[in-house]
Amino acid sequence: MVDKKIVLHFPKRLVDRPIVSHLIKDHDLEFNILKASVTPDEEGLMVLELKGKQEDYDKGVAYLKEAGVIIESLSQNVIRNEERCTHCGACVTVCPAGAFELDMSTRQTKFYDKKCIACGICIKTCPPRAMELHF
Amino acid sequence: MTKTIEEINQKIKKGEAVVCTAEEIIGVVKEKGLNAAAKEVDVVTTGTFGPMCSSGAYFNIGHSKPRIKLGGGRSYLNDVPAYTGLAAVDLFLGATAMPDDDPRNKVHPGEFNYGGGHVIEELVAGKDVRLEATAYGTDCYPRKKLETWINIKDLNEAVLFNIRNAYQNYNVAVNLSNKTIFTYMGTLKPNLGNATYCSAGQLSPLLNDPYYKTIGIGTKIFLGGGVGYVAWQGTQFNPTVPRSENGVPKGGAGTLAVIGDLKQMTPRWLVGTSMFGYGPTLTVGIGVPIPILSEEVLQYTTVTDDQIIGTIHDYSDAYPNRRNEPVGEVTYAQLKSGKITVQGKKVPAASLSSYPRAVEIANTLKNWIQTGKFELTQPVAFLPGAESGVTFKPLNERPITP
Repeated sequence: MVDKKIVLHFPKRLVDRPIVSHLIKDHDLEFNILKASVTPDEEGLMVLELKGKQEDYDKGVAYLKEAGVIIESLSQNVIRNEERCTHCGACVTVCPAGAFELDMSTRQTKFYDKKCIACGICIKTCPPRAMELHF
Repeated sequence: MTKTIEEINQKIKKGEAVVCTAEEIIGVVKEKGLNAAAKEVDVVTTGTFGPMCSSGAYFNIGHSKPRIKLGGGRSYLNDVPAYTGLAAVDLFLGATAMPDDDPRNKVHPGEFNYGGGHVIEELVAGKDVRLEATAYGTDCYPRKKLETWINIKDLNEAVLFNIRNAYQNYNVAVNLSNKTIFTYMGTLKPNLGNATYCSAGQLSPLLNDPYYKTIGIGTKIFLGGGVGYVAWQGTQFNPTVPRSENGVPKGGAGTLAVIGDLKQMTPRWLVGTSMFGYGPTLTVGIGVPIPILSEEVLQYTTVTDDQIIGTIHDYSDAYPNRRNEPVGEVTYAQLKSGKITVQGKKVPAASLSSYPRAVEIANTLKNWIQTGKFELTQPVAFLPGAESGVTFKPLNERPITP
């Protein structure tokens, strides 16, 4: 079983097509839409969590690529600017996904990007603005 | 056992001073006892690194040709308004100032991505900053408009002058309402969804000298990565608040006004900061050395997080309406565990001030003293004590009727 979060970029020409529907139906994958911004005549963006057998997942991703969807892993999209982060820890209790944790021995704030759901709450609530969203 | 600052400075000059951070001293005293440790240790260093809104800087930009009188006109640094009610080319920039066209909270919560604190950070980083000014023109200062890049290295003076920093303890904030609120204590989730605090606790300067026995006007300090001085007691100075048996105030009490040459500071320790839905500010790094003049002074520096109590306040109703209705008390050890209990509910707690950076400040100051780079000063006057009767008064509004 795999459980991955990916970011899909839909070029304009694909926005009207039922790509996600095919992805799920034809490949027996479980999905959870974490974020979607798909409007007609514009480029679309979707953050998707996919669960299923590795084989089905690979086939599904191959289908998306073939259809022309650009895929990125989620961790590439929410990034901590280590230069700006002061390790105050303000993010720890605002993140709904528990992606930030305090290291009790060093008092440093750890960022687990695998837990991140790219909701963007930390972007605006980080006091020194160290969290960056790259889409 | 008593020591003088002069004796300690002699040891610093010889590179022989024994210095511990306020964290390290806890173990040292436990191991050696108060008496032996007081003989051995000369200085305990403290540190804090948090958002401090009553911060700012003043500048003298030099005279343009022909001359302009900024005083009484309008001046902007990177679109952020600076105070001009001074002589011809002096300006004061406050950390919370923001561009006139910032939407503020018109669409709530506002983002406040740029303000005076950010301008100060950029200046300190050596970046060019845009000055735009308009003036009314006089016979001796005829010019009415000025637009120029300025750089900190060209300014005559660039001085950080913060009128209230380094709060001795502070509120712990929660939200008892059923909707998210956006405060200077960060984003507070509904129904006790989280709690925030803002103190370095056992490492914080004034919590290690609770009765201001050594820290006074003229005390030389670490400020913004450089050297600064305590200029005065900070605004809202409130030494008469309730204290625990160890003398440590249970809420915001003493504060410091600090001053120092901005030109020798660094952007790592003056960070432009944005509080979502509240406003821009400046995160300031401060470290104060405490000379171990007596066993009593040493005893105070051994305070631990479990002996420092913070008072919990509701920021959805009681705080904004200025009702003093504490929701409870909690120790900094509990806060730093990441979970506290409020009204029987487990509440996740987060800090707004950086403890790792406070440790770094205390260690940096320790290093400066050990290597003879930083000598201590004798305060020229002391801060008002707990016996002074000085209090933090609310505003007594008197309606203006024609």
